[in-house]
Amino acid sequence: MKTIQNIGLVIFLIGLAIFTALPLSGSFKLTQKDFDTFVSEKKIKSEVFIQNVEKTIVGREFSGMQSLSPLVSDALENANQVHVKNKEYGKKIYTSAKDMATAIGKTSAAGFIAENKGLMWFLTFGLGIIGALMFILPNAILLGKKGIKNDGIYLHSATNRGWIAWMVFVFLVSFYLVLYFASQYATNWTLVVDPISESLSGNPAGHWFVYGFMYCVIMTVMAVRMYIKYRHNMYQVVRTTSVLFFQIVFAFLIPEIMVRLQMPYYDFKNAFPLDYDFFFQWNLKSLLNSGGIGLFILVWGVVLTLVIVPVMVYFFGKRWYCSWVCGCGGLAETLGDPYRQHSSKSLFSWKVERWLIHSVLLFAVVMTGLTLYSFFAETGTVLGIKTSSIQNIYSLVIGSIFAGVIGTGFYPIFGNRVWCRFGCPLAAYLGFVQRFKSRFRITTNGGQCISCGNCSTYCEQGIDVRAYAQKGENIVRSSCVGCGVCSAVCPRGVLKLENGPEEGRINPTEVLLGNDVDLMELVNKK
Amino acid sequence: MENIVIIGNGISGITTARHIRKLSDKKITIISAETDYFFSRTALMYVYMGHMKFEHTQPYENWFWKKNRIDLVNDFVTAINHESKELVLKKGGSMSYDKLVIATGSKPNKFGWPGQDLDGVYGMYSKQDLLGIEKNAPDNEQCKRAVIVGGGLIGIEMAEMLRSRKIPVTFLVREKSFWNGVLPDGESQLINEHILDHHIDLRLDTNLEEIIADEKGYAKAVRTDKGDIIDCNLVGLTAGVTPNIDFLKESGIEIGRGVKVNRYLETNIQDIYAIGDCAEQHEGIGKRRPIEAVWYTGRMMGETLAQTICDNKTKYSPGHWFNSAKFLDIEYQTYGWVNSMRNKPDYEEHFHWRHSTENTCITISYEKDTKEFLGINTFGIRMRHEIFDRWLTEKKDIYFVLEYLKDANFDPEFFKNYEQQIVSKFNSEFNSNITPKKKSWKRIFSKA
Repeated sequence: MKTIQNIGLVIFLIGLAIFTALPLSGSFKLTQKDFDTFVSEKKIKSEVFIQNVEKTIVGREFSGMQSLSPLVSDALENANQVHVKNKEYGKKIYTSAKDMATAIGKTSAAGFIAENKGLMWFLTFGLGIIGALMFILPNAILLGKKGIKNDGIYLHSATNRGWIAWMVFVFLVSFYLVLYFASQYATNWTLVVDPISESLSGNPAGHWFVYGFMYCVIMTVMAVRMYIKYRHNMYQVVRTTSVLFFQIVFAFLIPEIMVRLQMPYYDFKNAFPLDYDFFFQWNLKSLLNSGGIGLFILVWGVVLTLVIVPVMVYFFGKRWYCSWVCGCGGLAETLGDPYRQHSSKSLFSWKVERWLIHSVLLFAVVMTGLTLYSFFAETGTVLGIKTSSIQNIYSLVIGSIFAGVIGTGFYPIFGNRVWCRFGCPLAAYLGFVQRFKSRFRITTNGGQCISCGNCSTYCEQGIDVRAYAQKGENIVRSSCVGCGVCSAVCPRGVLKLENGPEEGRINPTEVLLGNDVDLMELVNKK
Repeated sequence: MENIVIIGNGISGITTARHIRKLSDKKITIISAETDYFFSRTALMYVYMGHMKFEHTQPYENWFWKKNRIDLVNDFVTAINHESKELVLKKGGSMSYDKLVIATGSKPNKFGWPGQDLDGVYGMYSKQDLLGIEKNAPDNEQCKRAVIVGGGLIGIEMAEMLRSRKIPVTFLVREKSFWNGVLPDGESQLINEHILDHHIDLRLDTNLEEIIADEKGYAKAVRTDKGDIIDCNLVGLTAGVTPNIDFLKESGIEIGRGVKVNRYLETNIQDIYAIGDCAEQHEGIGKRRPIEAVWYTGRMMGETLAQTICDNKTKYSPGHWFNSAKFLDIEYQTYGWVNSMRNKPDYEEHFHWRHSTENTCITISYEKDTKEFLGINTFGIRMRHEIFDRWLTEKKDIYFVLEYLKDANFDPEFFKNYEQQIVSKFNSEFNSNITPKKKSWKRIFSKA
């Protein structure tokens, strides 16, 4: 069994290495014919750019995006400078340099990778999946009897912030940096999944398709790990199945199929304000121009946020969204599960959390207010501030850096819910409902707690669960996503996630059940 | 300002200090030689197993004590002079007090076995024990086998710890079946089987004769009363605990096995109190033993004593007995009294149900004639403390308990429930016709 695991690890690492090498490999050759088509499709009017590209790129062979991409941006910047100088604004190209490089890269990809997409898919994703499963599946036997299997978590480099954890950290952060800020380097990755994208939406893959596909693959493989690790715990099994279903069907398949049907790309479960650009002008326009379905999405989006989400939180707690439906939560609960113990439980972190997450919510709401005002007043600026610059700041700082680079990249160091705990504006909104008007609580079982601290250690949201349990108090916290792991790891059966009457949900106690009843009443009623 | 000094920073002493601080402005000092800060002893095993780091066992952050003006002193009290109200400290100097709380806990039992103090012989009680085990048994290369002596809760935890690092374990248990002085036979048998499933070499009905030393004074083997010699690199002594009160012998404080206290937790000497594992009631309260080395009783004594010290003299009155534990993968809870075959009084009878394949079983004890519900043991099913506490107070009968058993279930959502099976076995044994009632939030949360 151990041997199978080791072979699996090697296979996985080979797949990972090939995947990692892809951005800097492959050959690109832009033919005159392809370029002509490209120019007419993209409606490029800048003859300077066309000349530049024809001079420096067309007909030559490049190896790796790193040699092609700088030439594209040179050509583009040079052309734009000329046009600005001559005040020929009609000819200026507004596509960003990296998007232009991505587009040209995609058109000009030639050679082994472009010609052997299926094989390359197998050598990257295929080997990764096979290797990972060979590593994970033997645990069904190796872990022994069913029960909580956290042995050695703090003794292992990968899960105790050792060198493996730091390598994973570097890899994840780099991956997100490429994805958000240097997507031209993802060109080869897009080639590998082109056949899949074409079969779904009919279009070749972009880097977001790579991300979405990879997201589903990783979640599926790591869900298998969850199923094995928590095979004794039906709550975890059902919950894992739920997040997996919503990711694959709602976040991935339905939007792609909608594109094929000439409908707008939309993830029906992605609620505003997590879906922060829902009210952006381009989205509203696109929805309004899409006929019935567009209108339906518009109404659905508003109803989802204003009615469905809070009503469900009232009945079930915010877990119904955060750990049963949400994509970010889905990744955190599968890929992130090995790192859940790294969330800080200090009072200081809790303070930081409250300031940060509520600031982000405020930011999102103000930004949306400005956006809607601009939309209806048909103006680009409000009180002298450009709406688009506010949007750009949010997209960059919150949408990309916080949610992506930090949110997922920092899994092995700060735990798997950094974004959900410190940044997600939807979580902040649901948190208010959960804290003040909900039937959900984690019930503490009388006086059974022995303060061991397993619950706090494994709380991914950094809640000091023990602080409540050892006082006999129920846990009612806005940040709780109801993953159920505190209850699972408790050795004494103290914690239970449940929805019950609101009355008595919050039960401050000083003397716990089991002590003299008079003393309990005397002290607790005071 | 009254000066309260507490010896011992375990759950009892710390609870006292916290509650005194809630109720008053008194000066509070806690003395401990074990650690600087309070930690949860029950979690030490998880540190060795890699589930947690030591810092995770500390329920309060380090700034907590200063903020709450609780002074922590790392020292060891060697003697108490109650006439001058002074303590003698090992690192030198003395400390005066107005009121003194003795909360020094327990230490592992040693029954005079030859070799019991050799290097490589550990209890599993203190932080020092943990460090010693970590040093002597870091892996199965350095520790080829460990022998654990004593079949109680700490023994099985220690076996679980060592098995988590794949160290072969031999487990010597005096009784004919694991913990059968406490558990009814069916349950004890379930645990015997589970221990073997975990590849632990369980030797029932076997006593330790001696621990054999190598030339350097390290334990290298044990000899049992069956004549077997078992080579090992580590010996765990887990045959129960005894109050840690050696330093009180000359103090004039009345001691038996523990520090003798009355229901107000007062010793024979004014202004000196004893709580937790080290306190011994003159007579057991209800069916409880005079000395109870249990986490929650220590906490409850602390809650109670704080009231007394803060001028609200309060009797220590623990309510219905309850407890819990975990045997490897099997969780155990108990509410009320379910006695082992050995201790069972004549009026007590049992209803037992065990799942055919899972490690799940329950035993309900009841009064033979009146059918009054006396207690329940559950293995692999979690139960609601509040419900059973209420049913015991209201003296419900066993028929009622079975009918409303679903109200008491505390397993996580989506777990398979066994009430139907349990009740149908009961019906066939008792010729009754009970149908389990659906769970009702109204009943669960109604105040008795």
